Amino acid sequence: MNESQVTPMSAPVNPGTALVTARERALAVLGGEPDDQTLGRYLHGIPGVDAVGLEQRAAALGTRSIKTTSKRWALDKIISLIDLTTLEGADTPGKVRSLVAKAMNPDPADPTVPRVAAVCVYGDMVPFAIEALGAAHGDPDDGLISVAAVATAFPSGRSSLEIKLADTAEAVAAGADEIDMVIDRGAFLAGRYGEVFDQIAAVKEACRRPDGTSASLKVILETGELVTYDNVRRASWLAILAGGDFIKTSTGKVAPAATLPVTLLMLEVVRDWHRLTGHRVGVKPAGGIRSSKDAIKYLVTVAETVGEEWLVPHLFRFGASSLLNDVLLQRQKMTSGHYSGADYVTID
Amino acid sequence: MSRLAVPKTYKLYIGGAFPRSESGRTYEVVAADGRFLANAAKASRKDARDAVVAARGAVAGWAGATAYNRGQVLYRIAEVLEGRRAQFAAEIEEVEGVSRAVAAAQVDEAIDRWVWYAGWADKFAQVAGNANPVAGPYFNISVPEPSGVIAVIAPQDSSLVGFVSALAPALVAGNSVVIVASERFPLSSISLAEVLATSDVPKGVVNVLTGSPAEIAPWLASHADVNAIDLVGAGGLDWVSLEIDAADTLKRVLRPENGPDAAAPALGRITAFTETKTVWHTKSLR
Repeated sequence: MNESQVTPMSAPVNPGTALVTARERALAVLGGEPDDQTLGRYLHGIPGVDAVGLEQRAAALGTRSIKTTSKRWALDKIISLIDLTTLEGADTPGKVRSLVAKAMNPDPADPTVPRVAAVCVYGDMVPFAIEALGAAHGDPDDGLISVAAVATAFPSGRSSLEIKLADTAEAVAAGADEIDMVIDRGAFLAGRYGEVFDQIAAVKEACRRPDGTSASLKVILETGELVTYDNVRRASWLAILAGGDFIKTSTGKVAPAATLPVTLLMLEVVRDWHRLTGHRVGVKPAGGIRSSKDAIKYLVTVAETVGEEWLVPHLFRFGASSLLNDVLLQRQKMTSGHYSGADYVTID
Repeated sequence: MSRLAVPKTYKLYIGGAFPRSESGRTYEVVAADGRFLANAAKASRKDARDAVVAARGAVAGWAGATAYNRGQVLYRIAEVLEGRRAQFAAEIEEVEGVSRAVAAAQVDEAIDRWVWYAGWADKFAQVAGNANPVAGPYFNISVPEPSGVIAVIAPQDSSLVGFVSALAPALVAGNSVVIVASERFPLSSISLAEVLATSDVPKGVVNVLTGSPAEIAPWLASHADVNAIDLVGAGGLDWVSLEIDAADTLKRVLRPENGPDAAAPALGRITAFTETKTVWHTKSLR
């Protein structure tokens, strides 16, 4: 069952040393400069994915029965891991403000509901989100809410590197704490791995703030366009090697978006990377997770694949919008003892 | 050579599909003489929840259809039912242990009630609504609007007529319905669901649960997304506490009725599941 335990051969790396930069780490693992050839040799040297085994494993993890106190814990945990998202052409400052209000106080009738981890908006909406958050803006690990911005010509990623970097720098300058970038799927599928690597590394560089700190970088693989599990595994390795702090399944604009097998596969890469280097990378399934029941399956998968210590906002997120309301309805059911309805949660 | 019997699986009807109970439970339905007839699904509270979700999703489309169109659809049910009279009569004959003539008369009565209620679809608003006289240059118009999702506990001592008499009026105004069939006589209800599924009724507008009303009714009565509950067949249950549960979320409640005249055709059964909307509109701008 554990065919997925991939440990690519590489030069020994000193794990957990803070002095090791992302690039040095990548060079040590790759054993050479990250050009098309080296990356191609490395990524194609990773064993293929056993698709049947992967889907079976995911399905098995989805059958766990989570009830009563565990379910209550899971529901609160899900809320605290949500990136509450609005990524529409029709977004307005008012829409962002109402999203932020919901992020801070998901259920107005129940103050015990935790806050979500972050709000995720287009780059030009970052100032409005920050203004609306006020004192609640900060690190989700401290119970505050961070602001994530999608950048690099989201969702298609079809523009020049200059525009992508400018897009990123503008969002960071506006105060975004996290940048959700898309990879160039065209270049990836054409085998131009070096180009994808360089773009991610450049965007990572653009996330740097003047004070030396850096916005966290989530790399969207858009697994729905990568076609095969093998490609997803390669893209995950590539994104991590290039310095991504998070690997994210999808933009939410392409079907299929996040699925449990794909997320499991990405978690396995993250686990292998951690074993190899001692460095922790986050995972964010996004799009298509609408029910509490589905979200709980993801929690189980994370806990069983990389361990419960990954269930924290800086290592695991749900990219979702309608999921929150379903979790709130489930929570109301557990609190009141009877079923609730859409009239008892806010509309978004 | 005799043919192998092909017994029918009686399942639930939720959101236009025929699923088994989420719980996997069934119960035995027996003929009047105690003979085993079929296994019917025994719905759980989660089936009830799923049914309410399906019903809620169907309200907008059904309520938004024109009254004329709703009338056509309800009439279509009667048409399709007419074509399957023999099947229903045979089913009722077995389950209730009555003569074929009595069973056929029950089917005819059920068909006639569908037709009667179908006719009301584009007429009841004229009776229940009004243009109100007001002291000002305004039109003041009251119109009945559907309540939303209606839970119904069908009459327990009738196979088809009771079920139809409770279901049809709730549909007329544009509500969607979650109906709990007679526990003892559930087979005609599921067969009727097959008729509904093939007569242009949008999926989710009618959801049929079979099983124990005593078990399911409290969950429907307390469900915050149910707008009204018709307890017509709940006479044998602790219906007072159901009414109290329903009051928590300000549901409209129709109380139990007993005897052969339970849920007799009446305009009141249609208007019970409507809300009166009154609008003011200027008569003219001068």
